[in-house]
Amino acid sequence: MIEFLGEVVAWFADPAHWTGVNGIPNRLWEHTQITVLATSLAVLVAIPPAVVLGHRKRGGTFVVGAVNIFRAVPSFGIVVLALPITVALGLGFGFWPTFLALLFLAIPPMFTNTYTGVAGVDSDVVEAARGMGMTERQIMTGVEVPAASPIILAAVRVAAVQVVATATLGAVVAWGGLGRYIIDGFAIQDGVLVFAGALLVAGLALVTEVGMSYLERAIVPDSLQTAGNEVAGIAV
Amino acid sequence: MIGFFSWTWVFDHLDDIWNRTVEHLLLTVIAVTVGLFISFVLAAYVLRTRRAYGPVTLATGILYSIPSLALFAFLVPVTGLSILTAEIGLVSYTLLILVRNIVAGIDGVPGPVLEAAAGMGYTRRQMFFGVQLPLALPVIIAGLRIAAVTTIGLVTVTALIGLGGLGFFILRGLSLFVSPVGTTQIIVGTVMSVFLALAVDFALVGAQRLLTPWARSKEAV
Repeated sequence: MIEFLGEVVAWFADPAHWTGVNGIPNRLWEHTQITVLATSLAVLVAIPPAVVLGHRKRGGTFVVGAVNIFRAVPSFGIVVLALPITVALGLGFGFWPTFLALLFLAIPPMFTNTYTGVAGVDSDVVEAARGMGMTERQIMTGVEVPAASPIILAAVRVAAVQVVATATLGAVVAWGGLGRYIIDGFAIQDGVLVFAGALLVAGLALVTEVGMSYLERAIVPDSLQTAGNEVAGIAV
Repeated sequence: MIGFFSWTWVFDHLDDIWNRTVEHLLLTVIAVTVGLFISFVLAAYVLRTRRAYGPVTLATGILYSIPSLALFAFLVPVTGLSILTAEIGLVSYTLLILVRNIVAGIDGVPGPVLEAAAGMGYTRRQMFFGVQLPLALPVIIAGLRIAAVTTIGLVTVTALIGLGGLGFFILRGLSLFVSPVGTTQIIVGTVMSVFLALAVDFALVGAQRLLTPWARSKEAV
């Protein structure tokens, strides 16, 4: 075991693993890049309609049902299933099937958590805002979104961590990223490569989790801290 | 979907699909059962030693945020491409949800109910099995549903370490990719996994209704 860990340390110390397409910096960059792109686009697609529907309290039953079904969708299946779709669309393999799968998996939890957060804002508060003459748009942006911000941001954090995890599976559809080391390590039965890849992936997931938590603490109003802890996620 | 999906393949492989579904369910049941047992032990410890809640949540939370492929990959050098590797990984993901829901469920039992039971001379053991556990059951089962459905999704990933249940079809479909037979297998693996998750979820809701008849009569009012 000690010997094995020594080999893992030696792998990280080898300068050859820090340069080129298959080097750690490039794989880390690919992983981070697709994570940021997919999470940002999912935020833009999922959150505005969820705020509007949550404000009107429309479609609640649908949302609750959708949460359960989407939790049941295996991310591995979606990543692989995206491949014939992108090939048929002429987008090929690698980046696009991974990106499409990440979007598909990130949107539902963000949508449902945002919806639940906004719909759950105390109706007395909303009535008070209306009584003060605020327009519906002002109520949404000035009252409901700040009040639901712990839940919305926690949903973004959970989705970002899930995206990091699922992006690892992108290696099976010929995407790069840090999952490459694990999948290649399995293929050539190189335990050191597999373990080093796992360390990098787990590290990136934990850094994302911690980084997003700090971002939440910085953005969420002081009086609402700790309110976003019960956000539903899926492990991938 | 015509041209992408081969019903002929499905009908020719019904046995195969059935066997993989059973394997999938078995991997899930083992993981959730072991996870539930470990979570009860952890929750019992937390309920006695409150200071432990933070560290237990932190540790199970870290396990939960490690991507499954990485977690399996950590274990492969130690336990090999085996069912043990798969189960250790799968069990790890159930702990956070189960511990949290068991603790919340037991904590949620109203104080006056406990006092009434104590006044009737219930021992600590009778109190736990006769009062606290039954009343906490809805919250515990809610956690169990999330854990089971999540585990069913993750079992597909274990195809990459030579197991997989229905994930086997997804991986084999990938190796035949961009052929209708390959795509068919990917779809069968994914869709059957969703169906299995929904069926297990439904069964757990049914179990809850059977186990908590008092909650049912309340619903009827």
